[in-house]
Amino acid sequence: MTDLSDQKIAPKVAQKSRLRVFLDSDIYYTFRRSPIAVISTIVVTILVLSAIFAPLIAPTNPFNPASLNLMNGFTPPMAPNAFTGESFILGTDDQGRDVFSTILYGMRISLFVGVAAVLFAMVLGITLGLISGYVGGWTETIIMRIADVQLTFPSILVAMLIFGIAKGVTPIEYRDQMAIWVLIIAIGLSDWVQFARVVRGATLVEKRKEYVEAARLIGRKPYAVMLRHILPNVLSPVLVIATISLALAIIAEATLSFLGVGAPPTQPSLGTLIRIGQGFLFSGEWWILLFPALTLLTLALSVNLLGDWLRDALNPRLR
Amino acid sequence: MLAYTIRRVAQSALVLLIVGLVAFSMFRFVGDPIENMLGQERTVEDIERLRDQLGLNQSFAVQYFKFLEGAVQGNFGVSYRQGRPVAEILMERAPATLELAAVSAVFAIILGIAFGVLTAIRRDGFVANFIMSASLIGVSLPTFLIGILLIYIFSVELGWLPSFGRGETVQIGNWSTGFLTTSGLQALILPSITLGLYQMTLIMRLVRSEMLEVLRQDYIRFARARGLKSRAINFRHALKNTMVPVITVIGLQLGAIIAFAIITETVFQWPGVGLLFINAIQFVDIPVMAAYLMLISVMFVAINLIVDMLYFLIDPRLRVDRAGGH
Repeated sequence: MTDLSDQKIAPKVAQKSRLRVFLDSDIYYTFRRSPIAVISTIVVTILVLSAIFAPLIAPTNPFNPASLNLMNGFTPPMAPNAFTGESFILGTDDQGRDVFSTILYGMRISLFVGVAAVLFAMVLGITLGLISGYVGGWTETIIMRIADVQLTFPSILVAMLIFGIAKGVTPIEYRDQMAIWVLIIAIGLSDWVQFARVVRGATLVEKRKEYVEAARLIGRKPYAVMLRHILPNVLSPVLVIATISLALAIIAEATLSFLGVGAPPTQPSLGTLIRIGQGFLFSGEWWILLFPALTLLTLALSVNLLGDWLRDALNPRLR
Repeated sequence: MLAYTIRRVAQSALVLLIVGLVAFSMFRFVGDPIENMLGQERTVEDIERLRDQLGLNQSFAVQYFKFLEGAVQGNFGVSYRQGRPVAEILMERAPATLELAAVSAVFAIILGIAFGVLTAIRRDGFVANFIMSASLIGVSLPTFLIGILLIYIFSVELGWLPSFGRGETVQIGNWSTGFLTTSGLQALILPSITLGLYQMTLIMRLVRSEMLEVLRQDYIRFARARGLKSRAINFRHALKNTMVPVITVIGLQLGAIIAFAIITETVFQWPGVGLLFINAIQFVDIPVMAAYLMLISVMFVAINLIVDMLYFLIDPRLRVDRAGGH
């Protein structure tokens, strides 16, 4: 009898799909009610999609020398070139590269570095935070002391230093190829501390709860307790930090590239494009600088606003 | 108090030792200095002679000891790129950065506190709302874009202020100052605003929230009831009690200003230590990088220490145990 009723109920529960669950949730409700969150989500989605599909959208491939024509150099936006008569939506730079295309490809690199750096920082921070919270003792002291020391210094300075050291370690002929990966590691390493601190704090609270004790009693291994039981319960603050970190990582990447210690000119990110554009500010070719700068600003601002909203939405005290 | 001081000093020394180890490891293991200093055309004798000169033939322990000994005496070796002692180059560049940082800090502190008090007292006023929304945009703008924007408006379009360099400087002993010439002062304006803007918004927001907190307290209401002038209430009673957290943040931000000067100095080609550091990274000039790291660590650690000690001077409640009272 009981078996039968279970079978009857089960399909009904399954019918409520994951999408439905999401649409009925509190999070989605507050999301719909916040115009800023909706708008920034739309903007971020458009930017991310156009970065992913850059090869399909971009009118030219700016990194294929065959498609470039030096005669097209310094074409203003929306105006035909004086020599070739070609016209470009956002103009061209000194080498005749279409600014719109370079922005699309540059955004790809900016987003890739930002996301990869945050993922790296997240994995590192969560791992060290879980271990130091759960294991405690000397391990905890050492990890948190390192975190304290690193926190004394601004993260951009730490990232610069790591970039410089890594540059020294890589052989000269690989430096340009490796620059993107070095950048990811440098920004990731400069940013793990907050993740570790938050996860450690939450782990200390969760550790004392009964379900963790129960999991230990039935003989689950420490790593299983940490990953399968504690981790899912400490994830929501991590999500907020990750979103805000993404905006910071994108700005950090742009700053490093702008300073000339980031993405190389052969693989320009938005920061590199701004660095290139700054050189033409005085000669009146404003579009080479303005459009990459605006793109960077829009990207960073909308991710930031999204992070702010998420923090408020997941904070039960503010509801 | 004494035990606390000793513990803090010991902690600071530990941090410096760790940083020293990082700096030395950079020296020892990153890149081949010979590769960096000699060009493609080099002979075996050249390499050997330079190895001897730089002491790269000695054992690890000897080199480490020599490094520590040198660092304490302010000797950080020879720049791979310029072939001159790093300490000499740093001394030459330091005044530019320190002057820029000082002007930015004064700008940030004065305007930050003034705007913070203003936005707290006239919470719903038009000016207060305007300042608050402007600060939100200011926080989202990356520093280097603020610099470029200022250059575009005031140098390119209006042509009022120089866009790069320090202008004319006057040499006083070892110190080159830009404070004494008109062009030097003009050159300071845009970089200081760029560097100080972020810290200003930070101080402003902190002062505002602390003021709002304090203004709700009972003693403020009693002061009102006593019929004190609102100027006396706001500045003598309220602002004074917001100062403890504000001074902490200001102190910590002083270090940040010197570190963030790297970005501003690059935008404005300001000939300070920050620009030197960026160039050192670009050319993998390890001695300069290591020296900058050591120098900025000493500064950060010292600032942290001083700020912690200042608590005792500012907040009398913390001094109770020293008086041996309750």
